[in-house]
Amino acid sequence: MGELRLMKGNEAIAEAAIRSGADGYFGYPITPQSEVIEHLAAQKPEERTGMTLLQAESEIAAINMVYGAAGCGKKVMTSSSSPGISLKQEGITYIAGAELPCLILNVVRGGPGLGTIQPSQSDYFQSVKGGGHGDYHLIVLAPSSVQEMYDFVELGFDLAFKYRNPTMILSDGAIGQMMEKVEIGEQKPRLTEEQIKEKYPWATTGKTKDREKNVITSLELEPEKMEQFNRKLIEKYRKIEENEVRYEEIQCEDAEYLMVAYGTSARICQKSVQIARNEGLKVGLLRPITLFPFPRKRINELADQVKGMLSVEMSSGQMVEDVRLAVNGKVPVEYYGRMGGIVPSTEEALKDLKQKIIGGK
Amino acid sequence: MNEEIIIAGFGGQGVLSLGKILCYAGIVQGKEVTWMPSYGPEMRGGTANVTVIISDERISSPILSKFDTAIILNQQSMDKFEKDVKPGGHLIYDGNGITRHPERTDINIYRVDAAAEAARMETNKTFNMIVLGGFLKVKPIVELQNAVEGLKKSLPERYQHLVPVNEKAIYRGTKIIKKISKARAEA
Amino acid sequence: MDEQQAKTEDIIKKENLVFDKTKLLTDKAFHYCPGCGHGVVHRLLMEVIEELDIQEKTIGIAPVGCSVLAYHYMDIDMQEAAHGRAPALATGIKRTLPEKYVFTYQGDGDLAAIGTAETIHSCNRGENITIIFINNGIYGMTGGQMAPTTLENMKSSTTPYGRNVKQMGNPLKITELVAQLPGTCFVTRQAVHKPAYVRKTKKAIKKAFKYQKQEMGLSFIEIVSNCNSGWKMTPNDANKWLENNMLPFYPLGDLKTPEKK
Repeated sequence: MGELRLMKGNEAIAEAAIRSGADGYFGYPITPQSEVIEHLAAQKPEERTGMTLLQAESEIAAINMVYGAAGCGKKVMTSSSSPGISLKQEGITYIAGAELPCLILNVVRGGPGLGTIQPSQSDYFQSVKGGGHGDYHLIVLAPSSVQEMYDFVELGFDLAFKYRNPTMILSDGAIGQMMEKVEIGEQKPRLTEEQIKEKYPWATTGKTKDREKNVITSLELEPEKMEQFNRKLIEKYRKIEENEVRYEEIQCEDAEYLMVAYGTSARICQKSVQIARNEGLKVGLLRPITLFPFPRKRINELADQVKGMLSVEMSSGQMVEDVRLAVNGKVPVEYYGRMGGIVPSTEEALKDLKQKIIGGK
Repeated sequence: MNEEIIIAGFGGQGVLSLGKILCYAGIVQGKEVTWMPSYGPEMRGGTANVTVIISDERISSPILSKFDTAIILNQQSMDKFEKDVKPGGHLIYDGNGITRHPERTDINIYRVDAAAEAARMETNKTFNMIVLGGFLKVKPIVELQNAVEGLKKSLPERYQHLVPVNEKAIYRGTKIIKKISKARAEA
Repeated sequence: MDEQQAKTEDIIKKENLVFDKTKLLTDKAFHYCPGCGHGVVHRLLMEVIEELDIQEKTIGIAPVGCSVLAYHYMDIDMQEAAHGRAPALATGIKRTLPEKYVFTYQGDGDLAAIGTAETIHSCNRGENITIIFINNGIYGMTGGQMAPTTLENMKSSTTPYGRNVKQMGNPLKITELVAQLPGTCFVTRQAVHKPAYVRKTKKAIKKAFKYQKQEMGLSFIEIVSNCNSGWKMTPNDANKWLENNMLPFYPLGDLKTPEKK
């Protein structure tokens, strides 16, 4: 077992970045995730591993610094919170279009606009459906504990490089700010330039005589070729959907009613399930860990078993649309949520499940 | 064991670090822990509160509306959280600056006059450790020696010399906490 | 015919060769309009990289604008940036690969309008990169709209009656602006519409790469150029117009050198 530490979710991200052997972090402060760059700065990553750390002039600049370094095969990341993530969307679509691997953390706060600084899940659509312009997807991981914040940095990088696709960790203010026990992993070495050249032959590391020049771009002026490239991307997303779906089931084996929730909401619902079970109600929880790819097959299977589902979210009802698509009309699917930075309570969520799904109105 | 605690008081009273040390003590003792602060503008000067959960099992919701124990260190927090203690639960408070004392009869009420004691010990900054000692006397969810270990882990290198005086404060807290009233079943 | 062919072969003998195709330019034909300055600057850049023997160590950034496809012509590793973001890409690259040579190639809209923040801050941080800034006072690629550097009263498709500075603001001398920042080591304004200027520009580019090797800070080379299509002139008239109108407002020469700040 590795060293145990008490850490904030945001600090865990920073520590995991250094220990995963990341080459760089480029960011811009915004509440509630500024601890990521603060913790990194305090840790002197340049001295610890040679990792680059830079506070950029804006979120736009930060994501484009990520683009440049990722184009060289470097393991780099950025983090922000909702309004800053909106600014990064331009860079993110270019990164997706240029098929570059990188990691983006969104510690979501309530919106729209400047909104609030309290936790929210209202960036679900933006994260899983693309976010910027054009046909693309991010791989989206939804941690629900500080340990997962830590673990998903390495997982996120691995998936990003495996598929040459940006990965987003979709967290929220609660997970970013809370402290929990974290098992710290070993320090992984950063890749050398030779290793990068060997592993990522597409990277712009300087044209040598033995190969053609490498070009990182998302531009294709011929529509036929562009469509071909779009098809290639779709093929990639299909593979990701086949191989990378992750979820957790809590008391689903005999469940008659299902709650579906991710991140902080899943933690809330876990308690709702406990209370319901104590009352003799057969309630289970499905917690998507990957939001793209979405565990729609499993949800569809569970629709054959349960009498109804409730999607619990800190939004106006975004994921519920994906749950409904997965269920495809087999059973009723309802939504319960709070917005504006308010976290639904365990009791509220259970009460809503009883009213809308279990019945006896 | 699953203990759900709210610690609330003024910013600067060491509310957040009290929670942190309690969590570290839990980790030393092999427990699962969660520390969930209120954050935002209210951090600056006003009230501060943190939810701490210490459990043998994986912890579900980090955000709670009812608590097993409330540790209350100012009047605003008393007004806000007295009602949120579960029936049969515990409320521990410092009497300093309290104008309206707790009134519930269905919970156990304890008083630990840590501010006065810290002043007497001429170590005002050990205030929160006196409170911690008092809490652990009432709810021995972690051993005192693990609380001291937790303290060591949460203090940065440059403050390690303060461990002995804080350790003393923890033990002092166990001595000075007083039971005010015992929970009665509601009529 | 045979005699003619023999004559030609005689002329192209190696010993008679006075100019060869730049090796680091690809065989792809430029899409630039005849008379445009981009082709010349592309060649100069590639000549410098060849002469310094740093092809294996150079990474270039193409902008959005007419030179968006610069990577088709330059035989080096390149990245294509979003509009205005080239200095941010360059920063990301240089910070993680400090031993490489990194340059951006940007137009006036890219560098001095949408990318102003990235330009100013990369200059101010003193990133060890080279910025090549082509200023032709107009948005060429999108069809001749007003640029931040469009001169007062100059016509463009969005200022068809001439740039009214009361309404549209003044042309931006961003080169003078970045010369004031402590992070820049070499700031110069050059041109490529006459052979003498071409030679000077090449020297400036070479200096910039040398300063980059010496980690002296950011080198910023503005090249005042033409856009005969956008200006709706013949190439010759465009060059004359440049000389008579652009150069008085954007005077050539070094604004800052490491020797004389």
